[in-house]
Amino acid sequence: MSETVIKCESVYKIFGENAKKMLEESNGNVDAKTFQEKGCIVGVNNASFEVAKGEMLVVMGLSGSGKSTLLRCISRLTDATGGKIFIEGQDLLELNNKELIELRRSKMGMVFQSFALLPHKTVVENIAFPLQIKGTKTEESINRAMEMVKLVGLDGRENYFPRELSGGQQQRVGIARSLAVEPDIWFLDEPFSALDPLIRKEMQDEFLRLQEKLQKTIMFITHDFDEALKLADRIAIMKDGIIEQLDTPANIVLNPATEYVRKFTEEVPREKVLVIEDVMDASSNDNLGDLKVSKDEIIENVAEKILTQEKIVAVVDSENNIVGSIKPSKIIDTVFGGRKNGS
Amino acid sequence: MEYLKKYPKLFQWLFLLVVFFALCFAIDVPETYKFIRGQAEFVKDPNQSVYFFLGKEVRYYAFDVFWRLPPLLGWLPIWINDSLFFLMNEWMPMEFWNEDTQEFKTRPILLQISRNLTAFMTFLIELIREILLGGLETIVAFTSWDFIDAYPWLELPGLPWTIVAAGAAILSYKLSGKGLALFAGLTMIYISIFGQWKPSMQTLSFILVAAPLSFIFGLGLGIAAYKSKRVEKALYPILLVMQTMPQYAVLVPALVLFGVGDHAAVIITMVVAVPPMILLTILGLRAIPPEVIEAGRMSGCTNRQLMLKVLIPTARRDILIGVNQVIMVCFSMAVISAFIGAKGLGFNLLLALNQLNIGLALEAGLCISLIAILLDKMSLAWANKQTDYFGNLTFFQRNKNVIFFAASFVIGIILAYVGTFIFKGSFNYLFEIPHNKGISTADFWNKGVDWIFDTFFVYIKAFNTWLIQDVLQPMRALYLRMPAVATLVLAVGAGYLIGGIRSALVVAALTLFIALSPWWDRALVTLYMATFGVVISCLIGFTVGTLCFQNKKSAAFMLGVCDIFQTFPSFVYLIPVMMLFGITDTSVLIAVIVYATIPATRYTIEGLRSVPVGLHEAATMSGVNKFQRLTKIEFPLAFPHMMLGLNQTIVFALFMVIIGAFIGTEDLGQYILKALSDKNGAGIGLTLGICVAFIGLIFDNLIRTWVEKRKKHLGIA
Repeated sequence: MSETVIKCESVYKIFGENAKKMLEESNGNVDAKTFQEKGCIVGVNNASFEVAKGEMLVVMGLSGSGKSTLLRCISRLTDATGGKIFIEGQDLLELNNKELIELRRSKMGMVFQSFALLPHKTVVENIAFPLQIKGTKTEESINRAMEMVKLVGLDGRENYFPRELSGGQQQRVGIARSLAVEPDIWFLDEPFSALDPLIRKEMQDEFLRLQEKLQKTIMFITHDFDEALKLADRIAIMKDGIIEQLDTPANIVLNPATEYVRKFTEEVPREKVLVIEDVMDASSNDNLGDLKVSKDEIIENVAEKILTQEKIVAVVDSENNIVGSIKPSKIIDTVFGGRKNGS
Repeated sequence: MEYLKKYPKLFQWLFLLVVFFALCFAIDVPETYKFIRGQAEFVKDPNQSVYFFLGKEVRYYAFDVFWRLPPLLGWLPIWINDSLFFLMNEWMPMEFWNEDTQEFKTRPILLQISRNLTAFMTFLIELIREILLGGLETIVAFTSWDFIDAYPWLELPGLPWTIVAAGAAILSYKLSGKGLALFAGLTMIYISIFGQWKPSMQTLSFILVAAPLSFIFGLGLGIAAYKSKRVEKALYPILLVMQTMPQYAVLVPALVLFGVGDHAAVIITMVVAVPPMILLTILGLRAIPPEVIEAGRMSGCTNRQLMLKVLIPTARRDILIGVNQVIMVCFSMAVISAFIGAKGLGFNLLLALNQLNIGLALEAGLCISLIAILLDKMSLAWANKQTDYFGNLTFFQRNKNVIFFAASFVIGIILAYVGTFIFKGSFNYLFEIPHNKGISTADFWNKGVDWIFDTFFVYIKAFNTWLIQDVLQPMRALYLRMPAVATLVLAVGAGYLIGGIRSALVVAALTLFIALSPWWDRALVTLYMATFGVVISCLIGFTVGTLCFQNKKSAAFMLGVCDIFQTFPSFVYLIPVMMLFGITDTSVLIAVIVYATIPATRYTIEGLRSVPVGLHEAATMSGVNKFQRLTKIEFPLAFPHMMLGLNQTIVFALFMVIIGAFIGTEDLGQYILKALSDKNGAGIGLTLGICVAFIGLIFDNLIRTWVEKRKKHLGIA
């Protein structure tokens, strides 16, 4: 098991005047309705989870579900009303202002939905900003920022002002800025929501490419379920401040924990999400054909090959050992069947 | 009946007007009433009544309460005076070390604070003044007179005008580019060869102290108000009153507190210039998107870094408008504070106006306006400046501005030295051109004025007579004919119909204050002049604005013109009108109209511009023609913004009416001017100022409430 980077223990965020007192009185059983009657709004309700090093946790929820609030608690842009948050073992809520600033300067980077670039600074100045805040020399910070400009593919535009760039380009600047200090933890708050669909897809691919290279620990907020499926190692689905389910994309699609989660999964094309391992029969089978498919292959990519077989297909791991089998009919079942039955 | 249900508001308004006029006709003018010196004069007159309040005797002419309320607040100016006097001369005496006499002396603490403050201001002004013009006070401040006697060469020689001109041009070039550099150079050369150098530099040294101080204080208080709700709540009412308070009115109390001279002028200027700076700072900081603040925090900013590197630069658009306002106010105060002994162009301008030497006034006015525009543009360029990190520059390129300045410094000194040989026995024109030795076009202008007068005298006179006899006098009489009670009912009724109980109460309180002050009649005269000015200004402004809006280029051009005109100090507007109409109410009114047309035009264009493009297209697709689009779509949507323009127009008009007192009118301004030379003037001046401010605030409250409602209704809040 790799080490835990972010750890939350029953985190609450409640807005309102007597929030703290009311939370203590409620003994952890927060009911949004009774709180609302007393003038408090529940943002995050009893969130507990861990994020391992190099893992990407996507928090998915509709607007008002508390996902951004949760992120802001973990980055301590707002103070959580209750619970504990640990960043690499450090108790975040115990940090004083100076330690917090130090933590942000060295370990955290954040990307915002509306880009949040400084309008009076050029692309390169924006990217160099966190470095200059740290006290890095101008020349050094500009050189480093230029590397970032190249990394996100904005070479030649380093002297543009944000207002002269398109949305996608602006977000590239935002991404470069958040990476300039080489943080270990990367927060992304709906980074692609303000972009149009084509650009969004391009940015998602770009983002995956970067993550491949950088291997950061990531919390990614989105309201787009498809985006979550595409990017996530694990997905947390939030509703009304509560995490309804936290699991791998495949498990969420196959075994939705609640009715709310199931509604999201209904329209999802499973063959694009599930890999062979998710649907294979793990018990050994002697009656195997010649075809072997890898257990990590996405169904969509091998479906045609499997469906043309008459025999059962062998599933192998990366060392070519047979770990299971899959019947062609199972593929048909997965793609068309499950949904109708409402599994 | 059906109409009544359909337009209830309309009928409520009609009802209010009916009540108002009924009251006007029902209450007769008392036989003893004449438009007299103001109801509370302090001379004894057998017809006067007397009451005592806090041991003070207040005399006034008594009328029926329905006609004019008794001046129950007549004690206020006297009380303010006594309090000020007490604070300055008797309150909390303390021992202070006196440097000159080398002994402890007992002084009231406030007097000591005021003395220290003024000494500090004087030092700052003198320092800059002596760098520009030469002198020895600064050196003396650090050493002593004996020291300067021993080493007379220490006296600062002052910079030759060529160096200052070159410096201004180089600085402008660095900040903005060739255009501004050319403008700066030409301005300085103009000032010099027209012999305005000394007063200009005196004014400049005053501005260079007043403007940065106002900026710093305004920004600081604005930030404090942004951070703490409590500070904001405490500041807000003061800011509101100060926004509509005529600048004249602050002069008198400052005179008592800080004495006469440039230092007092700097302090007054700060009092007037800081409020708009605070308001715009708050506005700008509030408008920053929260994500930008979060981005700053996540970059690891400390609170200080967040403020200096993220918040202030992001809000710079509004803060810059604040800077522009500060500069504007500084220049207009540079003129007004000549009344309390500030030196410089303002003093020359007032002197020339007093002597009716229009030519000289015009030259001084032009100098002030040019410097104002120059400083405004320079501050703007400074805020928008950008650094180039990638240019691979040589040492010379990087430091060329410094090198050029050093070169021009040397050349300037050599020139000045050479000048001592060329102009032997007379003035060294290469060092400084003395006040009366420059080129002057004053004669030309004066002759021009004479010519205009000779040629058009008949027409001007006829126009003047017609305007005064057939329009202004009757209008004035009508305003004065209003019984106090009727006016109150009208104001409060309007407040209620527009903003409900709350507005009604606010308006009632403001109106009552004026009605209970000793100057109700004068306030009515002020109101009549302002009304006349505002009506004409709005007619012109709305028409011009609408016409210019039809074409993008002309709209941009008009906004540019408004910008430039707004930078002129208000006093400058009096020059051309006096040229044409001499010393009459007409002059004041025309100055009011010209001055107040600026905001009317600006807000009309901006309002029309803010109508969303989508609506234009939707309208075009519905097949409306240009005229229909204007009347059915653009006007209704732009109207709230245009009403804010009306609000500004009223404030501008009130300012100008008060300043017009300098020419001679019968309104509140005249009394403020009188208060300047009255030993008890501080209280009177302040109370009068508050009266004028309240007139402005009544309209401000009504218009703002209406605009907010309307905007909500239209969904463009």
